[in-house]
Amino acid sequence: MSLAVELPGLSLKNPIMPASGCFGFGREYSDFYDLSILGAVIMKAATMESRFGNPTPRVAETSAGMLNAIGLQNPGVKKIIATEVPFLASFSIPIIANIAGSTIEEYRQVAKAFQHTDQVAALELNISCPNVKEGGIQFGTDPFMAQKVTEAVKEATNLPVYVKLSPNVADIVGMAKAVEKAGADGLSMINTLTGMQIHLATRKPVIANKTGGLSGPAIKPIAIRMIYEVKQHVSIPIIGMGGIMHAEDVLEFLLAGASAVAVGTANFQNPYVCKEIIEQLPHTLMQYSFSSVKEAIGKGIV
Amino acid sequence: MQQLLKIKSKQTVALDTVEMVLENKAVSQIAVPGQFLHLHVDGHMLRRPISIADADPSVHTVTILFKILGEGTRKLSTYQIGDVIDVLGPNGNGFPLVNATKNSVLIVGGGIGVPPLYYLAKKLTESGVTITAVLGFQSKEHVFYEGEFEELGKTIVVTNDGSYGETGFVTNISKEALPSIDEYYSCGPLPMLQAVKERWNNIPGYLSLEERMGCGIGACFACVIPTDDHGGYKKICQDGPVFSAEEVQLK
Repeated sequence: MSLAVELPGLSLKNPIMPASGCFGFGREYSDFYDLSILGAVIMKAATMESRFGNPTPRVAETSAGMLNAIGLQNPGVKKIIATEVPFLASFSIPIIANIAGSTIEEYRQVAKAFQHTDQVAALELNISCPNVKEGGIQFGTDPFMAQKVTEAVKEATNLPVYVKLSPNVADIVGMAKAVEKAGADGLSMINTLTGMQIHLATRKPVIANKTGGLSGPAIKPIAIRMIYEVKQHVSIPIIGMGGIMHAEDVLEFLLAGASAVAVGTANFQNPYVCKEIIEQLPHTLMQYSFSSVKEAIGKGIV
Repeated sequence: MQQLLKIKSKQTVALDTVEMVLENKAVSQIAVPGQFLHLHVDGHMLRRPISIADADPSVHTVTILFKILGEGTRKLSTYQIGDVIDVLGPNGNGFPLVNATKNSVLIVGGGIGVPPLYYLAKKLTESGVTITAVLGFQSKEHVFYEGEFEELGKTIVVTNDGSYGETGFVTNISKEALPSIDEYYSCGPLPMLQAVKERWNNIPGYLSLEERMGCGIGACFACVIPTDDHGGYKKICQDGPVFSAEEVQLK
């Protein structure tokens, strides 16, 4: 049973990686298991300067999911490169750096900063954060802006660039095609869906930011549908994400057209979830008559 | 660490307030006052952080109290004796236990913030510290653990509506009603903590904070609190939930 997958810049021994923002920089989860078993790791978003993020409450539970509006809190790209990247590099797994910004220029600068380390294998371009006032989703919901920021980042880096798409759009295929045309090496999809929850007792939104990004199993069918549609119109590979809890979910994403997957919200409920999925995946593939991960990619498209 | 805790006993101690005694040797041995357990509730995406109200390593138990405030705690309240709860913890850092020279401590608790202070008060009195407890509740039917605290030291109960004990807020208690105090410890709703910090601003104090949490281990940045106006912060789950009163900005 081969779990290995080759993607631009990434030789993955298995297709499982923790999703950006749901695993910090790995330190806390390294207390639970040896991170070297992971296929790769996607770091929490980096911006040029440190960011405090949004006021609290920043999270709320929903049916089969959660809302979050953290607001890209991070210590800034220089500190991430100095302290967090070397820590993750000690596990000898490919590191993907998620990059964010308020302007195209900031995206370019953050991408450029990651040229100063040889320990990052790829960039994930975060044009889909719904929780910051400037940047993020404004680039991810307009194909022209998405194309511009992708081009700028591609110019600034030698690393492969995976563009993380927002599901908060009418035409996901149009977005995917726009960033492919701009030089994206791969796609990450999907980011969270913008949502809201109102607290009955206080008659106010639970999340201080009012809106938050919906994640978890509640959004999995949307992710599957979008990957399924996009896969048929682009030739670059897709890292799939959105509500993965079990190895069966991974197979479903592979069938829809993802070449690898990221596990997010599930880490909060079960800190061992990535490890458990990696251990279970060979059995699940075998159960459904696949002899490798590669064999399953896109096989659900009819 | 992830542990399974078996429910040994369960009782309702006040309106919508449930006490559960849970069995787990390792947790009972390492739990310190102020730490919390991050409980998985069947059918719920996020865990529930619940503070530790007592621990007894001799019989391998830890006690939690929680208030039924939503679907998660309602579901948890339906768990029966013998059921097993999947828990991360004990998480966070506890209250620093005062040294022997500080011998008069004020305990100020509000509502469901009272439970962690019970375990703390027990540990403090065991080490020879004199405690005075001021416990605030909404009204008479919400009051719990008055007798438990009275066994440890002078206890004043305050209800917002005056239906039991003193009337008003915990910070209304007059100076004359309290002994001279070296340090204070407090846990309760944010407006109460703000008032407590203001009232006793001339003596060292420790506050236990609560917030909606994601991972509960420091990875997701859901439960941060500012430490200054320049972007400084602490994570409540990992760096707290107990902080010195000067260390954090209560909004």
